[in-house]
Amino acid sequence: MAEAFKFELVSPARLVLSEEVSQVVVPGLEGDFTMLNGHSPFMTTVRPGVVEVTSASGKVSKIFVRGGFADASPSGLTILAEQAIPVEELKADVIAREIKDAEEDVADAKTDEARRVAREKLDQLRSVLGAARSTAH
Amino acid sequence: MPSLKDLRNRIASVKATQKITKAMQMVAAAKLRRAQQAAEAARPFAERMNAVLANLAGAFDGRPDAPALLAGTGKSDVHLLVVCTAERGLCGAFNSSIARLARDTANRLIAEGKQVKILCVGRKGADQLRRLFADKIVEVIEFKSVKQIGYDHADGVGKKILTMFEAGQFDVATLFFSRFKSVISQVPTAQRLIPAEIPADAKKSAGAGAIYECEPSEEEILLDLLPRNVSTQVFRALLENAASEQGSRMSAMDSATRNAGEMIKKLTTTYNRSRQAMITKELIEIISGAEAV
Repeated sequence: MAEAFKFELVSPARLVLSEEVSQVVVPGLEGDFTMLNGHSPFMTTVRPGVVEVTSASGKVSKIFVRGGFADASPSGLTILAEQAIPVEELKADVIAREIKDAEEDVADAKTDEARRVAREKLDQLRSVLGAARSTAH
Repeated sequence: MPSLKDLRNRIASVKATQKITKAMQMVAAAKLRRAQQAAEAARPFAERMNAVLANLAGAFDGRPDAPALLAGTGKSDVHLLVVCTAERGLCGAFNSSIARLARDTANRLIAEGKQVKILCVGRKGADQLRRLFADKIVEVIEFKSVKQIGYDHADGVGKKILTMFEAGQFDVATLFFSRFKSVISQVPTAQRLIPAEIPADAKKSAGAGAIYECEPSEEEILLDLLPRNVSTQVFRALLENAASEQGSRMSAMDSATRNAGEMIKKLTTTYNRSRQAMITKELIEIISGAEAV
């Protein structure tokens, strides 16, 4: 069992989670990574996806986050997310709506660069929808 | 001298008003509690955001390639004033004090020869500023149908500000709102939004920060973070405003209820006096009539 460290998940509306955890899997912009205790100071942006938190007691919880960044400092890991919803509360139709928004973004995008960004976001959302479905059933 | 019937009507009408203000006070008290909780819940996010921002911004101190959102455009010719007020009145001096602060700032900037643009969030502030600065108001955003301010609303405002900034429509943005200190004290505040203002206390703690490994690069994170920071600051301002509004309304309605009570007391005294005077007068008339016979 890995040593516990402090993990906080904060959204603008509230402090979603603040507890001692043994490991956290974060969907970083350049790939998922697992945080254990004693990680070197590290900062990255987070892409929309599922954060998997293993608490010190061994309980695993999954939380969907959208837009934000992770900040690993010697005092612990903090994720600031624009939106954070526990996967159990995640409704497929909510994501479906987001996907629709993203599709519109792709259609509305004027430059190639904007279209690429929008499409990337759309792909990410689709994968999240898949994750939500697989945990729901 | 009003007749007895007039007095009775006045008393009834003041009593009805008192009931309304009392009800409004209680509604405001209930809403205040919720608004206060929301404002407190939003605090950790804003604090962490500031800490991280201070951490990253330190690296860009004095560098010419610092992002415009952090360092500014290098001039301060056009100022954007984002004035956040309430959608409703009847809350004491809440709206006026914010509008006054914005007005004074605008006048000062104009006197300095700067150009001023105003973005109003909330109808009441727009109503007050329209009289003097009708040509300077670029847009009015209303949240009339919104019950509870969510991050999405603030994000919408933030995006609008950013779009304007990217289009080069202004150099400096200042946010006007009312900081919630307590139920009886709300402080109208002006906060610089662009270029980002790093609070002094966050800077201090950042000094102890370790050397960060960043993915992607520090610049990219900062570029991602700064727009978010704008929305976060707007969100915090809106929440503080919501709490201030309810607090202000509560104390305004409290004194209105008290005033109505005093008025009822005074009117009742007058009513009783004139009723007694009338009875005495009638008695005198009867007695003097009887004596005359």
